Parts: sequence; C-alpha cells; structure tokens
Amino acid sequence: MRALIKSEGRWITAAAALSLAVLLLGVVGLGRNPALVLRLMVSRVLLSPYGLGQTLYKTTTLIFTGLACALAFRCGLFNIGAEGQVYAGGFLMTAVGLALPGLPAVLLIPLLLVVSALGGGLWALLPGYLKAKRGAHEVITTMMMNFIALALTNYLVMARFHVPETIHTQELPAAASLPLAGAFARTFQGSAVNASLLVALALAAAVWYFLWRTPLGFELRAVGANPEAARSSGVPVESRLFLILVASGALAGLAGVNFILGYKHYFEQGFAAEEGFLGIAVALVAKNHPVGVVFAALLFALLSQAGLALNTVIPRELFEILQSAVIFIVVICQNRLGEKA
Amino acid sequence: MKRSLSVALLLIFSMTACRRPQPQAAQAASAPLKVGLVFDVGGRGDKSFNDSAFRGLQRAAKELGIKYDYIEPAEPADRENALRQFASGDYPLIIAVGFIFTDDVNRVAEAFPKKHFACVDYALEPGQAVPPNVVALKFREQESSFLGGVIAALTSKTKTIGFVGGMDVPLIHKFEAGYRAGAAWADAKVKVLVSYAGVTPQAFKDPAKGEEIALSQIAQGADIIYHASGSTGLGVFEAAREKHILAMGVDSDQYKDAPGFVLTSITKNVDEAVFQVIQRQLEGKFKGGVIELGLKEKGVGYVYDEHNKALIPARAREQAERARALIVADKLQVPFK
Repeated sequence: MRALIKSEGRWITAAAALSLAVLLLGVVGLGRNPALVLRLMVSRVLLSPYGLGQTLYKTTTLIFTGLACALAFRCGLFNIGAEGQVYAGGFLMTAVGLALPGLPAVLLIPLLLVVSALGGGLWALLPGYLKAKRGAHEVITTMMMNFIALALTNYLVMARFHVPETIHTQELPAAASLPLAGAFARTFQGSAVNASLLVALALAAAVWYFLWRTPLGFELRAVGANPEAARSSGVPVESRLFLILVASGALAGLAGVNFILGYKHYFEQGFAAEEGFLGIAVALVAKNHPVGVVFAALLFALLSQAGLALNTVIPRELFEILQSAVIFIVVICQNRLGEKA
Repeated sequence: MKRSLSVALLLIFSMTACRRPQPQAAQAASAPLKVGLVFDVGGRGDKSFNDSAFRGLQRAAKELGIKYDYIEPAEPADRENALRQFASGDYPLIIAVGFIFTDDVNRVAEAFPKKHFACVDYALEPGQAVPPNVVALKFREQESSFLGGVIAALTSKTKTIGFVGGMDVPLIHKFEAGYRAGAAWADAKVKVLVSYAGVTPQAFKDPAKGEEIALSQIAQGADIIYHASGSTGLGVFEAAREKHILAMGVDSDQYKDAPGFVLTSITKNVDEAVFQVIQRQLEGKFKGGVIELGLKEKGVGYVYDEHNKALIPARAREQAERARALIVADKLQVPFK
C-alpha cells in the first residue's frame, strides 16, 4: 500500500511540477510577468480561504467522477458516460427531493444520496447489460447515453420543472441541504465547499478497501488484468463487467450531490459542465488508484480555480491548454516508465 | 522530483514574500474607478450581446477614464466565484452580463452590501424586489423586434420569413413575439417560420446548428431570417451567404459579419446601458432598482445606415418608422410572449 501511494504521489508531483513549468512558459510567451502570475496564484488561490474553498469544492466533484472512471478502468472498462450519469443521478435526486417536502434531514439526506447513486447506476444499466450480453463496446454505448441524459434532463427541466425566467428547478426543501464548510470554519464563509467532500473522501477509501481487501475486488482486478485468465480460473467475467459498470455509474451519479445538495439546492441545466469527462483525465493521472484520484482531482481543481482567479491577468484558454498539457505529459511519462518496468 | 517541487515552491513563496500587497491608504481619492465585468456563458467574442456590453465598458474607459477587468467563467459554479473575485477586490462596481447571473448576483450582493452590482437582463421573479445595491438592466426587445418584423415582411419577395432563436427561454420569446407581431401588422399574409437552436446555454454558441436551421428554413421558402441566438447566428449568416438570401443581426450591428447579406440588425444597446450605469456610479448617483430601456429610451432599435439603406425598400422603412412612432406614443402595444 505504502509503495503504491508513493508511486501515485510521484506521478502527481511530476504532473504538478511540469504543469507549473508549462504555465510559466505560456505566461512568458504572452509577455506577462511570471513572478506576478505566481504571486497572484499563491495569494488568490492557495492563501485565500475563499480560493482554497472553491478549489476543494471543485475537487469534490472530480473525486466522484474520477473514482467512477478509475473503478471502471481497473476492470478494463472505459466508462465515457460519467457526464450523463452525473445528470441522471442529479436529476433523479432533485425530483425525489422535491416530491418529499416533509422528511427530516436525517432521513432525507441519506435517501437522496442513495437515489443519486441509483440514478447514475440506472444510466449505466443498459451499457452494462449490452456489454455483458452482446459484447457491445461500452465506449459507444456510454457516450450515447450522455447525449440522451443531457437532452432528456434539459427537456424535463424546461417542460415541467423550471422556475420561469431561469434554467433551473425549484429549490429543494431546506432539510436536504448539506452543511457548508463556512458554517463550521468562518474563514470559508461564502465558499461553496461543503460536506460532500467528506462523502467523496469516504468513498475513495471505500473503493480502495473494496478493490484491495475483498475477494470480489480481487476478482475485478483479475478481470481487468487478463479477462481470459480470470475466466479460466472460474470468474464469471460477464457478470462482473456488468456489475462494475453499474457501480461506476453509481459513483458518477453521486457527483451531483456536491452542486445540488451542497451548493445551489436545485438542478440546473448543464451544471456538470464536463466534469464527467474530466473524471477520465483524473483517473488517468491517478493511474486508477483511489488515493491518487483524490490528489489528481485536487490538481485539476487547482488549475481550474487558478484559471478563474487569474483570468483578469491571463486568458482562460492558457489554463485549458495547460490542462491538456498535463494529460499529455502524464501519458508520455507513464508509457516510458511502464516499458522500463 | 520531490526536491525540484520543493525548490519551485520555495521560489514561489519567496517571490510572494518580497512583494507585499500595497496598503489600502495608497489608493488616493482621485484614483480611477475600477469596474469588474463578468461575461455570460456565450463569452466574449460572440460579436453580439457580450461584445456589446464590452463596448460600453471600453467606451467608459475612453470617455470617463475608468479602469476595467473582466472574467469569463467556464462552468455554472464559476459564475458566483467570478463575481466574488471582483467583490473581494477593489472594484466598487461589478457588472454581470446575462440573465443567468440573477441568482449569483443576489447571493454576492447580499454578502457584499457596500459594493454595487449591475446585471444585464436580470430575471425578475414575480413579487420579488431587486436588492438595494443591484441595478437590473432590462430591455423591451419585443419593440425593436416588432420593427424588424415590419421590415422583413415588407422586404420579403417570397412572403415567408424565418426566426432562429438561441436558447428556448422567455427572454428570447420576447424577440420572437415582437417579430411575429410586427410581420403580421405589416402584412397579415406573411408566413413566419420559427426554430430554436436548443434548450441549454450551448444553444447560444453553436454556429453549425444555426446554419442547419437556416438552411432548412430557406428550403421552406424563407428569404429573410432574423436570428436572436448569440454566436449561433454566425451560422445563419453563413447560410445567407451561401444561398443568397438576407439575414438580420441582433444586439450589435452585425453588418460586418456578412457584408451585403445583412438586411439590418435589431440592436439592443447593452453598451449604452453599461455606459450609463458606470456614469451614474462615477457621479455618485447609483441607485438600486430596475432600469428598463425600450424604443422610447433608445435602449433598442434597428440599424439604418449607408451600408444597408439600399437593401431596405422605401415602404418598409416608412412603415417601420410609423410603427416606431406609434409604440413610442404608447398607441401600439407589442406582445412579449
């Protein structure tokens, strides 16, 4: 375990250091002062409680979607559908929350967490079934499910649920709100970071425990490493693939908890904003390790928040390039070192 | 690797340490006003709504000597984030461009009661008051779209005209309603084809979709197409150029996007509204509430200049001006949905 964390840590440190280098190169290329950019990055993101809070808020969503993708990758599956699963989970959770106005928080919040996982899992059900029964490639099916989720939730919001003049639903009952960090630590006041972060961290630990400490987890990793070998040693490969795709969908479905229960308390069209796709990158940088996912999510969240906080000084596009550069760098390094090992 | 990172971090902190933030007292009373502007999802460079707001800002910088900064948010959760970046900095006036900011402006305005906010197209929920430190900038786009409908109906040879909306929301329905009413007022026999590009903010930045819709309307006989769809409209112009029909721009004068193929542009002078708010702030006359601009207040209108004069028939111009006079005199009510 320790060796694993150490190797994950190395990746993320490498990615962070190299992305910093690329950023400074870009800044110099644009003719801006790199010292100023660094200073602002530290003062507006790392040392500003609000900036740090927002970074952690963004980290939370990415942990959910990163875990979803990492879990599927571990089993040799490419779940490209996290984005759609986020919408499905988020919408189902909102609909159920709006339908149950009277429940106390102790019942409502756990119920909504389960419902959001259910929604995401439901959205992966068909791709999972098609994979297991027909061998349909999950990249195609999960991606198609993304389009359906986006169009369907948009339609439902506009046709039935939206507040006039807006693109979001009614607010959920107050009992459905997860506490903001600002309620406990005044310094985070105003920031969107909330108790979902704890849920995300607990899930990362749970996924690690499941994969490395349970017999089923061992089977799944065996399927990912070599499905034929797993099959000949008696693992029901197809049913495992189905199970893991649905579990991956459930993890992604929970991502909506951060925005909906933790921040705005309503479902807004397009709220996931491609965090589902970014989950793939997070899993990649983390080498599909749950602990790595937490740190990789933090890295991408830092890039995103820095992009916003520094937008008055440098164009947003530079940070978008940076994000891609990080992925490139990691892919190149991993392959080279992989050959050596 | 670990060592190189710690060296990098050390470097960063040392750079931060040697340049402490300037004390607040250094800001003299004569320092120029700093205005922060947060763009809508369509973002800067849509050659339309957002760019119009930006022009107002640039004009204020030139004529009133203010300084400005802007942020382009990337995701929904970043709208409030961007407003707070400005509110916690030295920007007394913060402008949000787009109805989508309504909630976010409310939250941040409450957290920063001493800062002033203006929100273009602020969505007023029935029975809700605007916070005291917020100005809601609203436009009666239906009035100018009505004139657009008159001109389109009287210029069309096929007696079929089109409308391409961006996102299917009440705000854009105002454009459609005015356009339809204007066309019907000018010529009851004119057919109006209506399509929307989608139901998400993405519908405001999808030129490919705009072109597809426009081509389909042209196939159904439309020879003039009005778009109210942000940069999606760039696709409408592309279709007009390809099929040699006329398009109508929106918000800003879009003549330059397809010279010779833009009949007119239905302008929404967001720049004027932005400029006026900045001016009020400078004069110490900022007051929260709703500012509504229509034809009467010259907040909306249509383009008629040396570029497009030749494209608009005399009767169309004449009738449009007659309609304008009636609307300004409150003798003609324009529907907004």
